[in-house]
Amino acid sequence: MELTGSQILLESLQKEGIETVFGYPGGAVINIYDDLFDSPIEHILNRHEQAAVHAADGYARCTGKVGVVIATSGPGATNTVTGIATAYMDSIPLVVITGQVPTPLIGNDAFQEADMCGITRPCTKHNFLVQDIRDLARTIKEAFYIARTGRPGPVLIDFPKDIQVQKHRFSYPDKVEMRGYKPTYAGNSRQISKAAKMILKARRPVLYVGGGINLSAANDELLKIAELTQTPVTTTLMAMSGFPQRHPLALGMLGMHGTFYANMSVTECDLLIAVGARFDDRVTGRIDSFASKAKVIHIDIDPTSIKKNVAADLPIVGDLKDVLSKLYVKLNENPDDLQSLVKGTADWRGNIDAWKQQHPMSYQASESLIKPQFVIEKIRELTADDAIISTEVGQHQMWTAQFFQFSQPRTFLTSGGLGTMGFGLPAALGAQVAFPDRQVIDISGDGSFQMNSQELATLVQYRLPVKIAILNNNFLGMVRQWQQMFFDKRYSQTCMELPIDFVKLAEAYGATGLQATKVEDVEKTIKQALETPGPVLMEFKVAREENVLPMVPAGKGIHEMVLAS
Amino acid sequence: MKHTISVLVENEFGVLSRISGLFSGRGFNIESLSVAPAMEEGISRMTLVTTGDDRVLEQINKQLNKLISTIKVIDFTGEDYVERELALIKVSAEAESRAEALRIVDIFRAKVVDVTAKSYTIEITGAPVKVNALLELLRPMGIKEVVRSGPVVIGRGAKGVAA
Repeated sequence: MELTGSQILLESLQKEGIETVFGYPGGAVINIYDDLFDSPIEHILNRHEQAAVHAADGYARCTGKVGVVIATSGPGATNTVTGIATAYMDSIPLVVITGQVPTPLIGNDAFQEADMCGITRPCTKHNFLVQDIRDLARTIKEAFYIARTGRPGPVLIDFPKDIQVQKHRFSYPDKVEMRGYKPTYAGNSRQISKAAKMILKARRPVLYVGGGINLSAANDELLKIAELTQTPVTTTLMAMSGFPQRHPLALGMLGMHGTFYANMSVTECDLLIAVGARFDDRVTGRIDSFASKAKVIHIDIDPTSIKKNVAADLPIVGDLKDVLSKLYVKLNENPDDLQSLVKGTADWRGNIDAWKQQHPMSYQASESLIKPQFVIEKIRELTADDAIISTEVGQHQMWTAQFFQFSQPRTFLTSGGLGTMGFGLPAALGAQVAFPDRQVIDISGDGSFQMNSQELATLVQYRLPVKIAILNNNFLGMVRQWQQMFFDKRYSQTCMELPIDFVKLAEAYGATGLQATKVEDVEKTIKQALETPGPVLMEFKVAREENVLPMVPAGKGIHEMVLAS
Repeated sequence: MKHTISVLVENEFGVLSRISGLFSGRGFNIESLSVAPAMEEGISRMTLVTTGDDRVLEQINKQLNKLISTIKVIDFTGEDYVERELALIKVSAEAESRAEALRIVDIFRAKVVDVTAKSYTIEITGAPVKVNALLELLRPMGIKEVVRSGPVVIGRGAKGVAA
């Protein structure tokens, strides 16, 4: 059967099992949108292409499926770039389809032309320019395969308008054959045996777990190993929902805003088992004092992550699910060694418990001021265990990571690597599309919220009952905190002078707006929001100059923390 | 330390920018880069010369391998290989220096490929050190232009490398 290029695209999406796409129409994709009109594929019309990508990203983060975006050429396509870079840094599988000017016009500075393959080369896992309709179906197949396999990531397909209307016989390939792309899934069993030996000999081991744990769905395997060996687990921002935070072995987050006891454990450990983590600078602080007493086992599916920032004594390339389940079997082979490990590390766990007592995660409670951490604790208390929480970027994001105590995988959606303000609202929107019946909450700051607040319209249009909690301090709080601590309180351009009426803003879009100005309003407001159907914006007037602590100043080792008093 | 690396890549749209962009984006050095079709259809072979310590070189190798378009990466460091570069050199040649230029060309087993009353254009093939040595000897006569291809390399022995 002969189909047009745009029909081939939509048929291929269905072959990939895609039910929902996010996007924004325009001249260079008008044919695709015309065919979409008759297609069973649901399309969510975001109000900005950046938000469409974040929405698809949120959808992907909470489901593990590939998120799909359609945007037009030129400005529509360039608007997707921040979203694509966000997904790239956090290894989120996306396929982004951008319209392009007709092939004869490419390179002519045509109307709404931008070189998208050039622009997105450094922020995609791979990208394609479709040059021949005969390659189209194979290209789409490869794009999805690349996006979801190995270390996942965004893939862009630049799709010229003339090829969208050309006709060709449609057959979707069953298999992908790419001689340059064969990700390693199975871990080397000799390396895994060595890892088991190193673990069994350790006396002060720590598991350092990154976002890969959710991407690989290896949460159970991790939990089993942690419990079997009684090894404490610290998680990066990307992995806060990867290990149950109320588990006795959980150390919480490490790094710049990590817990005292996580940072001390990493500093003092004799074996660091890095699992799907990449030793980001926000995690390591000053690199030469990071885990400087430890041997390092580094397990990752991406060889480039290993030995990039920190030398690994034992590298293992492979999928975490495969490696951890084999490691579990290996560890179980020697019950005597295992027993002596658990006995031999008891003192270590005792040390860690002492650190926990010495400096637990805490904040100064207040009866007169709404403390942002208090709002986050209350949201935690009043929502279901499977509630999906997204954040923007800044102080509220760090407080959420520190205080929310996630318990289920893929329930925390946050921009870790790129740190994109404006991510949380559209990401929550995408999550709510994926899970219409689960609670989805965007914890936000007043600064970040304004970077994609137009998505209130999308929420209302599709009746997506996302709840938004703005912790409003009328500051760009994280930058203000740095200015307070390191720039003599010179608050250059961080005070959001104009007080916005967020309640009216919500109402203008047809959403519900609530405001809490007193401590006793907090619980009431959250309850009311959760009970109100449809999207609700909650504004909490919080203590303005609250700081995120502990904090490791730039250039210091992670044991050199400024602690909460 | 200097490393010579061969990269076999899919000969497709934008592949050169993927390689060069990887080097510029990650702050790796490229001293020279040459690209041409490889033995197999649809594949290009790049030879690049780069410098860096062991950690940087490990990253370069891994990052090159990570590119979807990359089929094979061969780092020739520590291997036994033949290295050749082509250079075209336009040198002033008037009066008594004409004979001297020809003597030097002869010693280096180079070739004169274009002649005018005032100049020779010389073609030389060899390892980069040999090209450097020739340039050094010609310099006093007045070099007008130099074009170097950058080295290409192939491993010694009977075994061939294919994609």
